[in-house]
Amino acid sequence: MELNVFTAHELSGMLKKKEISAVEISEIFLNRIEKIDDKVQSFITVCKMEALNKAAEVQKKIDGDANLAELAGIPGAIKDNMCTKGILTTCASKILHNFVPPYNATVVDKLNSNDVVLLGKLNMDEFAMGGSTETSYFKKTRNPWNLDCVPGGSSGGSAASVAANETVFALGSDTGGSIRQPSSFCGVVGLKPTYGSVSRYGLVAFASSLDQIGPITKDVTDCAIVMNAISGHDHMDSTSSDRAYPDYKDGLINDIKGMKIGIPKEYIAEGINDEVKKSILDSIKTFEMLGATCEEFALPITEYAIPAYYIISSAEASSNLARYDGIKYGFRADKFDDLLDLYMKTRSEGFGTEVKRRIMLGTFALSSGYYDAYYKKALQVRGLIKKGFDEAFSKYDFVIGPTAPTTAYKFGEKLSNPLEMYLGDIYTASVNIAGLPAMSIPCGFDSKNLPIGLQLIGKQFDEKTLIRAAYTFEQNTEFHKKKAQI
Amino acid sequence: MKITNDTIEHIAKLSRLKLSESQKDTLTSEMGNIINYVDKLNELDTKGVEPKSQVIPLQNVFREDVVAESLDKDELLSNSACYDDGALKVPKVV
Repeated sequence: MELNVFTAHELSGMLKKKEISAVEISEIFLNRIEKIDDKVQSFITVCKMEALNKAAEVQKKIDGDANLAELAGIPGAIKDNMCTKGILTTCASKILHNFVPPYNATVVDKLNSNDVVLLGKLNMDEFAMGGSTETSYFKKTRNPWNLDCVPGGSSGGSAASVAANETVFALGSDTGGSIRQPSSFCGVVGLKPTYGSVSRYGLVAFASSLDQIGPITKDVTDCAIVMNAISGHDHMDSTSSDRAYPDYKDGLINDIKGMKIGIPKEYIAEGINDEVKKSILDSIKTFEMLGATCEEFALPITEYAIPAYYIISSAEASSNLARYDGIKYGFRADKFDDLLDLYMKTRSEGFGTEVKRRIMLGTFALSSGYYDAYYKKALQVRGLIKKGFDEAFSKYDFVIGPTAPTTAYKFGEKLSNPLEMYLGDIYTASVNIAGLPAMSIPCGFDSKNLPIGLQLIGKQFDEKTLIRAAYTFEQNTEFHKKKAQI
Repeated sequence: MKITNDTIEHIAKLSRLKLSESQKDTLTSEMGNIINYVDKLNELDTKGVEPKSQVIPLQNVFREDVVAESLDKDELLSNSACYDDGALKVPKVV
């Protein structure tokens, strides 16, 4: 077996026993990227020299028998919307194509202090707006399970790079499903943590009240390990939660006997692909066999999640993206008449179609005369969505359903119809609206051998229960063992 | 709510975006579809429901206002397309 299929916890054990060096591990992954990334196209920037230098530095610590973090010497890669000091951070947009941040995002500092070897920056939908990574200004990332299919999005590069074994793990960001849906499409494990549990400092803002960074990994154990490294209070992010964070590895328990699981009826009703539905129903049976009680319940607010999500996220985006004016950083138009013309031309030439559409939608929802009817209304519906989940969690330990209504689709299939693309977020967006943690784990394959994802949704700050359920499912099934042949 | 070409022109101006005629036409129809869809929210009775801008139990987060090391000025300026003598350069405003 090739070493690039190994997980962080497996490689960490080998490093400790000195069966392999950190430099050798990094070379394996850098070679893998060199060999297959012209097919997968996950990376926008590969940091070869930086990675090899860091690996050599970590190996010295290992040789000196220093007490190191579990992720020490393990290669990781991050979505290109997290700031890296001295390393290009583009957000997959022309408007930031030349932006070199003068500071690190808090998660990057945390990975560094855990001695992670950063391999590079990963492709995404422009400003994380999209569900297929097709809106990237730079390239189209392909699904390692079938190169004619999209990897999902917006963290498509993150999920594809993990599935293609170009990295051990990756970080993505999730505003309405952008970690979970690509994880589902690429057959890997993705966690969107509770809002406020991972610092957003240095994450290029899309919709500030919904954005959250989280891990994409090859198994549930690695998910817990990466969460241990990146979570925690940060005074640089005023929405960061100041509380005691658990050791997420305490959730790695192969037992869910007696747990109560709720299944929203609306999540397995019309609109879901038959093969996906069958796989979700099979997963419910698996949980029952393992000693949990599963019960359907009504969550009628589900159908209002997407409209509320697109109003709230676009409104926040239109405000957040007002900063791209061509003055302080990033792209600036070549020719202009005056200051206003400079703004207009820079933004019109610098943003792609989907980003412009969302800025327009958000500006509309916030504009005079429409604010109450759209933005305020959506914020009220947000309260109702939160209430719907609160009621569910008074009865159930966690909730399960599909991550996405379909498996990965072909390039171009949904790009021409924005509304259809938006509907792909039907099972994921309400989780961000309510600030909840949710995970996607592999739970089957369709007849075209494309992965299907099971979504587990938990109470705020109760990632441990999700990890426990996901771990139990993983230990008693074989889906995570099947790898993309590339 | 009907989205017209005029609405699109007004919103584009507020958004500081310049649109071609064909972009305006496409956006008029696409935004029309999207707005038509989100109008679905009106089916819900939200009388008396408090608008929620965030959902975690946090309020007024402050920190002490202390002097600390900041980012390097030259490094910050080097990201601008146009700067000189420690300042950003923009077209004449007044």
